[in-house]
Amino acid sequence: MRTLMSELDEVLGEFLIESYENLDRLDQDLVALEDDPTDRQLLSGIFRTIHTIKGTCGFLGFSKLEALTHAGESMLSKLRDGELVLDAARTSALLAMVDAVRQMLAAIEATAGEGDGDYSELTTHIHALTDADGHVDVAVVEPAAVTPATAEAELAKTKKSKAKKAVDPTHAEPGAEITPEPAGVEPTPATPDVSAADKAPAASHGPGQGDSTIRVDVSLLDTLMNLVGELVLARNQIVQVTGAYGEPDLATAAQRLNLITTELQEGVMKTRMQPIGQVLGKFPRIVRDIAIGLGKQVRIDLEGKETELDKTINEAIKDPLTHLVRNSVDHGLELPEARIAKGKDPEGRVVIRAFHEGGQVNIEIADDGAGIDSERIKAKAIEKALITIAQAERMTEREALQLIFLAGFSTAETVSNISGRGVGMDVVKTNIESIGGTVDVQTALGVGTTFKIKIPLTLAIIPALLVTTDGDRYAIPQVSLLELLRLEGEQVRTSIEMIHGAPVYRLRGNLLPLCHLGHELWRSDPDGANPAPVTPWRGPSADQRVVNIVVLQADGRHFGLVVDDISDTQEIVVKPLDAQLKSISAFAGATIMGDGRVALILDVLGLAQKAHVIGEARDRALAKASGAKAEEVIALSESLLLVQVGDRRVAVPLSLVARLEEFPRSSVENAGGRSVVQYRGEIMPLVDVAYALGAGPCAEAATEDEPLHAVVYSAGGASMGLLVDKILDIVEEHVAAGEAQPGTGIRGSAVIAGRVTDIVDVVELLRTIDPAFFLSIDQAGAL
Amino acid sequence: MSDTDLKTTAPPALDTTNSNALPVRHEQFCTFRLGDLLFGVEVLSVQEVLLEQEMTRMPLADPVVRGLINLRGQIVTAIDLRRRLGLPDLDGGHPMNVVVRSGDTAFALVVDEIGDVVDVDPTAFESPPETLAGKARDLILGAYKLEGRLLLVLDTECATTIDDSIIR
Repeated sequence: MRTLMSELDEVLGEFLIESYENLDRLDQDLVALEDDPTDRQLLSGIFRTIHTIKGTCGFLGFSKLEALTHAGESMLSKLRDGELVLDAARTSALLAMVDAVRQMLAAIEATAGEGDGDYSELTTHIHALTDADGHVDVAVVEPAAVTPATAEAELAKTKKSKAKKAVDPTHAEPGAEITPEPAGVEPTPATPDVSAADKAPAASHGPGQGDSTIRVDVSLLDTLMNLVGELVLARNQIVQVTGAYGEPDLATAAQRLNLITTELQEGVMKTRMQPIGQVLGKFPRIVRDIAIGLGKQVRIDLEGKETELDKTINEAIKDPLTHLVRNSVDHGLELPEARIAKGKDPEGRVVIRAFHEGGQVNIEIADDGAGIDSERIKAKAIEKALITIAQAERMTEREALQLIFLAGFSTAETVSNISGRGVGMDVVKTNIESIGGTVDVQTALGVGTTFKIKIPLTLAIIPALLVTTDGDRYAIPQVSLLELLRLEGEQVRTSIEMIHGAPVYRLRGNLLPLCHLGHELWRSDPDGANPAPVTPWRGPSADQRVVNIVVLQADGRHFGLVVDDISDTQEIVVKPLDAQLKSISAFAGATIMGDGRVALILDVLGLAQKAHVIGEARDRALAKASGAKAEEVIALSESLLLVQVGDRRVAVPLSLVARLEEFPRSSVENAGGRSVVQYRGEIMPLVDVAYALGAGPCAEAATEDEPLHAVVYSAGGASMGLLVDKILDIVEEHVAAGEAQPGTGIRGSAVIAGRVTDIVDVVELLRTIDPAFFLSIDQAGAL
Repeated sequence: MSDTDLKTTAPPALDTTNSNALPVRHEQFCTFRLGDLLFGVEVLSVQEVLLEQEMTRMPLADPVVRGLINLRGQIVTAIDLRRRLGLPDLDGGHPMNVVVRSGDTAFALVVDEIGDVVDVDPTAFESPPETLAGKARDLILGAYKLEGRLLLVLDTECATTIDDSIIR
């Protein structure tokens, strides 16, 4: 008797696991189908999935589930045969069915029964929509390829639970592996099993995977990760000890151990990597539902779905990303009428981009909505007593935008039940920072907003630089490390300058703020062990002969950390600090070194903030002192002027722009066949940029009363006015060298503020339009 | 890394005298000394006792946190009980450590000296004596009267809670 019951439990457990996965896929497929209702492959795949669920429900005796899925199956059967057309109402009904099935599955999981919900109304509704008229003559073609929906179902039936031997024996039933979501949240369950080699989990158009994957319990992978972590520590110790011995055979064996451990570590880490598409895949449905609820039209595009993340990171960013996406749709994007009035496409666009860069995973969520008004933000913050009026006046736009991350802040006029409860953004930021990531926001009023998230790739084992200060060792994650500097003798005195009482070092023309690690940890702590008054570090002491500086980056800015000694780089296992010590922002954890001693791992961002070596005020002070333009110490991003030219977006490097002017149309005169205007005592030719770039007419044609907008470019005493339709904004963007189109003046294209923008090389453009202009300047020898 | 586990006390003696009668309920405490005070924690919550350990000191934390210890690969926070009780630091000598489990985390309590494992009669439990100073009273659950001495029962959960307002 017991054997039969436990077998049934196993079957039930598998049924639940597969069904949850199938339901997730249904969500995506139904939304995709709505976009393309005649997609045969999708239709058949969806039909098969629901058919499978219905079949198993009947077998296991879940009559309510069976009735509901039967209704769905009937509708899909007619859709597949072309007798019905899929419209919004039917899609919503099917999606509602998916939700109801999830609810019942959750009930089954918890109580082994279907629960008390009454789904007869939904079932009737689906039947009604199925029987309604809507005959369409579409040729029926049965796809020959087997879609993953059935491939997986068959795989599961044959492969059974061989890999599940590793199930923790303390679990009462296999169904308990799935952690049920708390009520009130969209019932998206965690996927407890990871297919080791499955690279196309949700794509219903890809080929079947066949027998190349295996289901593995996640707790087993966690155990493996821990063991590998301990192995790395042991390997470090052995390498250290054998180095001291000098015994050749031992050294060779240690070297082999070293190599094997590294490969094993990489391999195990890979098993836990999941494509971010697993998380992103839920968004088309979420966006659709919210948009319909608000009466907005929204399209969501996902880029980089195959970007891989550790499973735990995927779980951790699910909620923050969901909130940001909901926020974009709810508050960012305008209603269709408002968008049309602004000259935008009535359909709003949300783009989620994921990619690897600089040892981190970057996720960007961009919308082409209304943008964030920093003035309104400041006003709200003052209203909620989060900042004072004086502080607001001193703030830059960038600082003002950061206010949205403060707890208790929400500018929603009407707090919808989707977002805007005032607990959102600060929780998003905290969640992301708790996994070691950063979140930033950029916006252009009226144009759109982009949130940028950066998360470190791995959590557990990282390469780090070991340094010593005040007799203690500390580890600095290599991902934050830029370079190492060593100052000796006279350099110590001459190259470290004091600006506003704080020491800085001039590194290749840029000023690097400095802080001293020992000082920050032990001597600037008014409430701690050494309650001395806070006196900032004033640079190296008079008798110091050597200064070691570790150049680090945090939040996009550079600073220098002065330490006593620099050791080597090692791979270390990150161990968390005790919960009560975690709140110390300067530390990210601890590790055990080769000699068995504990070393603290520095949290570079936390330390930099504590030492006040990063921050807008510091930047301004440095910039003023060095006489340079206030730009970020990393000169990676460029200031660009965004303009509208005809129907195209164009960006001009701001450094090339002399002035922005407006001229009444009446002031334009004709000289030698060219349009010119009298400007500052000279005759300035005007260039029709739209014509030069071959752009189409502008959506909003300017009336005769409106002045002409010109971007004035000056060189060698001569000026040229580039006519544009609208001046949009000034942005700072990191622009990679794109594909230049020779002979047109276009340096490349980029997506800026969510829109494709041509970046114009002004010099090149002018050369193509008016070679004579440059000739004369050349002759004047000014260029 | 040297393994310096050392159980300095004899294993708890089996109570064989009453084997035929109804067993008298005993509670066993692992005892240790801080200055003149004798403290005890329930034996079952003690993971092990250690000699003086190499510690990595912890900047920016409450001075109550003496440092971090590597315990067979696990990083354990060491709490200086003298500081926690407001007693002056030990002058010379080699402190010892009592490793206790609080929930699923382990803490090392730094004490002057480890004592014996002692049986007490649970009915002899008393509330904390009036003569104890302020900080000490908050950390004591109660006391047992032993021959000529008072055994103060340490509230491990309270003792291992670092004052949050100080940490940044």
